Amino acid sequence: MNTAAVAFDSRHAARQRLREALFRGATLIAALLVLTLLGGVAVSLLHGSWPAFSHFKLAFLTREIWNPVTDEYGALAPVYGTVVTSLLAMIIAIPISFGIAIFLTELAPSWLKRPVGVAIELLAAVPSIIFGIWGLFVLAPILQRHVQPWLIEWLGPLPVIGKLFQGPPFGIGILTASIVLAIMVLPFISAVMRDVFETVPDVLKESGYGLGATTWEVIWKVVVPYSRTGIVGGIMLGLGRALGETMAVTFVIGNAHRISPSLLAPGTTISASIANEFTEAVGDLYTSSLVALGSLLFLITFTVIAAARFMLLRLDRRALSSV
Amino acid sequence: MKRRTVRKITNGLALCMSGLATAIGLFCLGAILWTLISRGVAGMSVALFTQNTPPPGGTGGIVNAIYGSVVMTLIGILIGAPIGMLAGTYLAEYGRTSRLSSVIRFVNDVLLSAPSIIVGLFIYELLVVRMGHFSALAGAVALAVIAIPVTVRTTEDMLNLVPQGMKDASTAMGAYPWRTITSIIYPAARSGIVTGLLLAVARISGETAPLLFTALNNQFWSTNLRAPMANLPVVIFQFALSPYKNWQQLAWSGALLVTLAILILSITARVVVSALNPGGDKQR
Repeated sequence: MNTAAVAFDSRHAARQRLREALFRGATLIAALLVLTLLGGVAVSLLHGSWPAFSHFKLAFLTREIWNPVTDEYGALAPVYGTVVTSLLAMIIAIPISFGIAIFLTELAPSWLKRPVGVAIELLAAVPSIIFGIWGLFVLAPILQRHVQPWLIEWLGPLPVIGKLFQGPPFGIGILTASIVLAIMVLPFISAVMRDVFETVPDVLKESGYGLGATTWEVIWKVVVPYSRTGIVGGIMLGLGRALGETMAVTFVIGNAHRISPSLLAPGTTISASIANEFTEAVGDLYTSSLVALGSLLFLITFTVIAAARFMLLRLDRRALSSV
Repeated sequence: MKRRTVRKITNGLALCMSGLATAIGLFCLGAILWTLISRGVAGMSVALFTQNTPPPGGTGGIVNAIYGSVVMTLIGILIGAPIGMLAGTYLAEYGRTSRLSSVIRFVNDVLLSAPSIIVGLFIYELLVVRMGHFSALAGAVALAVIAIPVTVRTTEDMLNLVPQGMKDASTAMGAYPWRTITSIIYPAARSGIVTGLLLAVARISGETAPLLFTALNNQFWSTNLRAPMANLPVVIFQFALSPYKNWQQLAWSGALLVTLAILILSITARVVVSALNPGGDKQR
């Protein structure tokens, strides 16, 4: 009887160990799959873009031409459009996000904090295609009728910067895409900034107030320097979003493969080109060139996002150690 | 002017600007919702939910697109959620501070903000090219790839909220880690995990870019997972950019439906979180 109990026990233990090994193995495999995903994306993009890169060599990066008829493709216009719309979007979005984050952490009375915070987070939940359709049917006509003529009339004749505001008011174009992008990345940047500002120890702020500083002085001279890395990380995260954003831009960019100095002119971005042309692309070289654009986008966003995450990583550690 | 006055004015100005910035953010949300409601409600009808997408000029609804979206989102979450939860479990319970875990955590964070159109291209190369045709299944897998990092992140965060004492108590009773995890930690973190799943569903149900060249679109009712399938985001995209008034109207109605569904999911998720830890914001 005793031996039976021991035998049962060891069988029970063996079964437990087996299940443990299985469960642990399953979680490990799932975790490794996450790594594989990133690797798989990189490999499949490289594989798909190989024909284009081997055919055009480095000229792919430096030429503006995009001609499906003669099968000649260059990435310069979409890359230019991607970079310009994203940078312009950041110029618009950073101050507004900063203001929102300040409002949420330092100014808002506590009864207002939560509803306003949730509303901004809901803006982040709105899918990008909604921003696109709104941008095309609501924002673009408003800009075309009321804003762009004014810009052309008053800023157009100026030396140097005038070049940015010339040509007819199309409504859609680089500027409109940038504004829509800015609205889209607003909630992401302000959420990160808010979280970063909240890690500033109260003691530091109170010392500032104790010395007679105004609220703004405490924000600008205590809160901001303390959370500098996190702010930059949040901005880079927003930039990463803006660079890769597809649907919102596709609606309002105008999809013209050329580089024009005017911000009011239609242009294109990498993601908009892919979204617009991929299913219609005939011929291996055309498809491959679009995938090659995708690889460039992957490279650019990966760099920006990785840098952002790296900065926020350091922030997390510091936030943890200060608790 | 006295220095003190200048400082006070600067302060006042800066704080006003901050309030203004918040007003701009709220105004954008309001403007978008208002447009959706005012234009979308006009197209609400029984036909919208009972008829397939029409040819240009004809009448019809978007029931095939609604069905396709629901099916692909569900399959996407059914594939993505278990993988994401298991990976999140590894990071929170087994890996914790190991070097591998920090690499995976980093890669996951990168995937979390990677452009979704890249995921579309990836699945196109991986599935569509191999199978030789667009299919609903490829669309669902693309959505799963987007859902995985979201679930990994929320699962890890939620498992970390479970008090260490509970885990220790279970271990002290001789339970193996898998037993502790499945019988103690998962139930304790249940509402948090549900929140994560809701957020993942909300995230993928509005995604358009990854479906453009995986699921494509289908004008007709189709339940075949190996064939192209209509879905709301792509229908909205194609119909909104069309010159036909009836298509544009359907696009607005579809947009309203998608946004409502997503906002309801997001708000539900938040309610679940605040029920989980009352009296505290979700951050700290």
